[in-house]
Amino acid sequence: MYTQAMDTLRDEGGDKPALRTAEEAQLQQRFDNRIDAGDFIEAKDWMPENYRKTLLRQISQHAHSEIVGMLPEGNWITRAPTLKRKSILLAKVQDEGGHGLYLYAAAETLGTSRDQMLDALHTGKAKYSSIFNYPTLTWADVGAIGWLVDGAAIMNQVPICRCSFAPYARAMVRICREESFHQRQGFDSLLVMVKQGTDAQRAMVQEAVNRWWWPCLMMFGPPDDQSPNSAQGMRWGIKRVSNDTLRQKFVDAAVQQAEVLGVTFPDPDLRWNEESQHWDYGAIDWSEFWRVVGGDGPCNRERLAARVKAWEDGEWVREAALAHARKSDLKEAA
Amino acid sequence: MSSSIKIPATPELHYLLRLSDTCLILGQRLGEWCGHAPILEEDIALSNMALDLIGQSRALLTLAGQRSGEGYDEDQLAFLRDEIDYRNPTLAELPRGDFAFTVLRNVILSTWLKLMWERLHDSSDAELAAIAGKALKEARYHQQHAADWAVRLGDGTDESRRRCEAALATLWLYTPELFEDDAVDAAATAAGLGPAWSQLREPWLAEISEILGEATLAIPGEAAFRSSGKRGLHSEHMGYLLVEMQYLQRSYPGGAW
Repeated sequence: MYTQAMDTLRDEGGDKPALRTAEEAQLQQRFDNRIDAGDFIEAKDWMPENYRKTLLRQISQHAHSEIVGMLPEGNWITRAPTLKRKSILLAKVQDEGGHGLYLYAAAETLGTSRDQMLDALHTGKAKYSSIFNYPTLTWADVGAIGWLVDGAAIMNQVPICRCSFAPYARAMVRICREESFHQRQGFDSLLVMVKQGTDAQRAMVQEAVNRWWWPCLMMFGPPDDQSPNSAQGMRWGIKRVSNDTLRQKFVDAAVQQAEVLGVTFPDPDLRWNEESQHWDYGAIDWSEFWRVVGGDGPCNRERLAARVKAWEDGEWVREAALAHARKSDLKEAA
Repeated sequence: MSSSIKIPATPELHYLLRLSDTCLILGQRLGEWCGHAPILEEDIALSNMALDLIGQSRALLTLAGQRSGEGYDEDQLAFLRDEIDYRNPTLAELPRGDFAFTVLRNVILSTWLKLMWERLHDSSDAELAAIAGKALKEARYHQQHAADWAVRLGDGTDESRRRCEAALATLWLYTPELFEDDAVDAAATAAGLGPAWSQLREPWLAEISEILGEATLAIPGEAAFRSSGKRGLHSEHMGYLLVEMQYLQRSYPGGAW
């Protein structure tokens, strides 16, 4: 799962640091040429400080989104309705932990430790995708997250496989493969409920879809005309496709999938536009988006508190592991 | 399908259910850690072990369903059985506790399961032997992982040691149940299905002593208390565990998932 557009975040100042030496100017020129040529930048390569900062922020927040994202679905592991679904869910949430690991590792190549990144999360300095601040109230939410949230995440993430920063791009290739699998599993679980299940289950599915639809559309970030940082992200090859383009692609795909499921989306303005050959959708309530991003969503406090509690409860474990490692080193040295 | 199913009281079936339920209930407890572990690597490791255990329980429950003569599938056995028909030893169902408790329970049960799978690999029941062959590889890894942590925590800091000692003092009370025989064991050994649980005691104690020795932890003394989950008489914790685990199947009769 992912993440939302980086455009919601503060401007890092773009590409315009005061260059102090001719050598730096030359490095900058070489960097720009490589970006223009579509080359990848490796961790050891020279890069502008703002490029580094922007990437560190985006990758670490993506990593945080993965591990916070373990909570809403993890919530259902003990209650999964069949052993098969329990296994699938365990494997899925485990994958998300794995995505967190690759992404923290990719971000660490930029010179910040995982502990520092986690500290930023725990103290509220770093954000994570606000989709995870919505609650999972029924079992159908697990399927709806797989279908819609992971579906939106894939739309967002596939272009990042071509991100100019190679460690991030490489991590995304694997993550996207797993996300596609998660999306199919989510869709399949809803399909079984609506096609083979009871009326009560069909109602459960529709109710979950009603709740997740609009937050999923918000996952792509603010409209293009309100995304001041997008141009810089595009220039750097970090962002490849605009928020609105991705959102439209998601809506077009989701509408067809909803027909297969026999569910509807809670949008009276959703209709096919013959001229544009796309599905038009109604106005998104951006005040809700900014409220949730700002910390006042339904579960912001619980999610962060759960992460902080796990970290604090585990402190003695991490200390013990370090103490034991030091003892072992001393024994080996003796 | 929301009302409870009835389980025939055959020793062979109970022998299989004691094992399947140990895997399922321990897997359920380990799954609770997902998202809440001390480090991300352990979120992944504990979920992975839960996944292995659930997988083992599925294979065993499917086999038990076939052997029951009632045509039960794995989900009927997992979600529609009443507490008294659950046959795991009580140790598996105890709340997850802190990380020391989870690690040391895993040391105890993964060692026990590893020894069990080794013996079941030679079962006269070819299907059970095949399940054991796969599960054995997983149990070896689980034991290694738990033992590594037991050593780090036992020989780590004063606090980690104190927590290990407290956990072990509680856990140890529930270990005699893992080695007591009854008519179920007698029937299983007679049929060549698998070992009597008492046969595991000696090799288990040898391996546990080695692990705890390396962890600089002392083996607690034996108490007079005896748990009885494998006869269907569980701790107070089991009811809550099952309510949570079974609620969807019980609340949505006739549902498809």
